[in-house]
Amino acid sequence: MIPAAFEYHRPSDIASALATLREFGDEARVIAGGHSLIPMMKLRMAAIGHLIDLQDIAGLKGIRIDGNSVTIGAMVTQQELIGDAALTRAAPLLRETALQIADPQVRAVGTLGGNVANGDPGNDMPAVMQCLDAAFTLVGPDGTREVRARDFYEAAYVTARSDDEILTGIRFEATGGGCAYEKQKRKIGDYATAAAAVTLQKAGTACTGASIAMTNLSDVPVWSKAAGDALVGSSCTAADIGRAVAAALADIAPTADNRGPVEFKRHVAGVILRRAIERAWALA
Amino acid sequence: MKKMQLTLTVNGEAHELLAEPRELLIHVLREKLGLTGPHIGCDTSHCGACTVDMNGKSVKSCTVFAAQANGAAITTIEGLGAPGALHPLQEAFREHHGLQCGFCTPGMITRAHRLLQENPNPSEEDIRFGMAGNLCRCTGYQNIVKAILAAAAEMNAVKEAAE
Repeated sequence: MIPAAFEYHRPSDIASALATLREFGDEARVIAGGHSLIPMMKLRMAAIGHLIDLQDIAGLKGIRIDGNSVTIGAMVTQQELIGDAALTRAAPLLRETALQIADPQVRAVGTLGGNVANGDPGNDMPAVMQCLDAAFTLVGPDGTREVRARDFYEAAYVTARSDDEILTGIRFEATGGGCAYEKQKRKIGDYATAAAAVTLQKAGTACTGASIAMTNLSDVPVWSKAAGDALVGSSCTAADIGRAVAAALADIAPTADNRGPVEFKRHVAGVILRRAIERAWALA
Repeated sequence: MKKMQLTLTVNGEAHELLAEPRELLIHVLREKLGLTGPHIGCDTSHCGACTVDMNGKSVKSCTVFAAQANGAAITTIEGLGAPGALHPLQEAFREHHGLQCGFCTPGMITRAHRLLQENPNPSEEDIRFGMAGNLCRCTGYQNIVKAILAAAAEMNAVKEAAE
């Protein structure tokens, strides 16, 4: 399959990338790893006149950990996330999630920035970023702004990023405690039938903090405040977890597709969320 | 559309060539450089038959534009061994019946080669996880895993003997 013709740009700094984006407007798209975009171009479901490759922009690479503050450049690949020992010590949820994305070759090329910016409800990192209360850095003609992951997703493939902005990185404060990402998929490389990201903090036998977000169970990732609230102050008994699961299921809106009917997805969501909470609690 | 001048180092040899931006790396390798080892299987980045090594990473060359690979170092199956001088992985795939029709084999071996650079002593589980981006419709994978385990042992023995 051969995509429609386009012009290729490879700027070496963000200012030139923004200038090219501004010059060609609707006809231009930035490309990171391209493992969502290139298949769409090959199927001619995406027609792009000007492709702006971000690979040479040094400022979009690198992982920085400063105390509890974690900053990751948009062009960091899933493979690089997996291999970064300091990141895994600070926030093990990222490595655990990245290992469940696609397959080794795709992880070698696919980036964190592409995964969160694309707005595909099937992508795993958006829910993880909501779970961690991460903020995305957006750079555009009017300067730099930050948008919280919990405010970023508006509908499938529609986000708070405007067309003349580039998502350059993500930032969050590591919270410690236990975490888990549980994902049910039909086979390696598939998107989730249902997936859940959980972080829990514990003091003595009591849960002091909880954050829960879910993947591919709505047209956007779903951070369920009610599910987290159901666990805070509890001892995460089976009954407490049952209340959290019920709260999360009230916040999702899955649709039937080739991964199954709505009832099945709701059932799977409950099972994987329960597992994720139990595992995160055991690690907290 | 105007063609671009690209420089690719493929199997250690520098190539200057002209390609349209929309040309995929797999097409340039096969049609412009005559390297027909990497295959086009699913053409949708699932099957791994097109796997090549790019700057030390395994990639699916059906999902990389040649323009993105401009300046990169590429290794294909042709760069690993030759008839009469097989790579230990090629030898092990033959010995352990790790192939039947052979269509997936160049991608399998190119990926396995990188996997053994990443992890020279993989367990069976490591191999199954590390090879998850390559599909084989003949073997049932059992003999592919055996072949990679055997090649790892052979390559480690050669390395130890040399030290």
